[in-house]
Amino acid sequence: MNELSQIWTYLAEEPLLWLTATLIAYCLGDAAFRASGKRAYVNPVLIAVTLLAVVLWMTETRYQTYFEGAQFVHFMLGPATVALAAPLYGNLSRIRRSAIPLLCALLAGSVTAIISALGVAYAMGIRGDILVSIAPKSVTAPVALGISESMGGEPTLTAVLVILTGVMGAVMATPLLNRLGVTDWRARGFAVGVASHGIGTARAFQVNETAGAFAGIGMGLNALLTTVLAPMIISLFL
Amino acid sequence: MILHLTTILVFQLIGETLTRSLGWVVPGPVLGMALLLVFFMAVPRVAKAMQPTAQGLLSHLSLLFVPAGVGIVGHLDRMGTDGPAIFLALLISTALSIAVGALVFSSIARWMGAEE
Repeated sequence: MNELSQIWTYLAEEPLLWLTATLIAYCLGDAAFRASGKRAYVNPVLIAVTLLAVVLWMTETRYQTYFEGAQFVHFMLGPATVALAAPLYGNLSRIRRSAIPLLCALLAGSVTAIISALGVAYAMGIRGDILVSIAPKSVTAPVALGISESMGGEPTLTAVLVILTGVMGAVMATPLLNRLGVTDWRARGFAVGVASHGIGTARAFQVNETAGAFAGIGMGLNALLTTVLAPMIISLFL
Repeated sequence: MILHLTTILVFQLIGETLTRSLGWVVPGPVLGMALLLVFFMAVPRVAKAMQPTAQGLLSHLSLLFVPAGVGIVGHLDRMGTDGPAIFLALLISTALSIAVGALVFSSIARWMGAEE
């Protein structure tokens, strides 16, 4: 029989271990989310990330090693983005009917997200590459990384800020919008997609199909708009 | 099922290839999504057939963000010093953006009489 350490050496080098760990952590997060009666603050992503971060820290595993296994899950982000065409198509006639409010909300939400994030961070003494890394945080991860890199930010930091923003949006959207008295599912979903990309969109789909479809549009359009706006706005702060 | 997954991957591939070869800033999958939407509009039959596969992919969308999120382990030292300021900036900005976006959308929709 092999020593336990030998088995560990084998497992640590194969993608199987960290791929499985990622799925287990997410299943636990999802189970907790269901057990809580689908409360927004019991966010499956947040739980899974925390669990995995603790396990990596305890086993002294490097992120690169973890990512070799987890990349198979990460890869599916691309196809999932393409698949958003299906709910978009299903809601096409409603999207056409609300084109004007939609475009106004896109511009307002996108500009608010960039300026307020940079403004607060600047006021609290954040400068340089960290400030740049914050600018595209409301945009879906692959786009945000590209924007951050091209403006002299730190792409890996941006990735983390993007996830954090997504989780925050997913957690606060329902209570915030209830308090504001916004009952239009299109408006609710769209604003969440613009402010907190795919994680917000995933949350919107859990709440309401229409909200989910509009969140998907918000995410897609803001990816395009922020690519243009972020470099212009960041130049005001540098 | 496998045909539908292949279709999705083909559109992503077309999107990636186009954005890279044309030097566009738009990410490949977003362009792929737009092209697939155009394809659905041209051939509605395909859209109906692909609905279950797309739904399957999207029903656990949040799982797909976990690997990138774990990247926080590499930034824990920075989070110690600048963490509170960054956290506050993200929190205020996300709340403001959701509130402004939703209020602009719903009030313009109401003003135009384009309510649901």
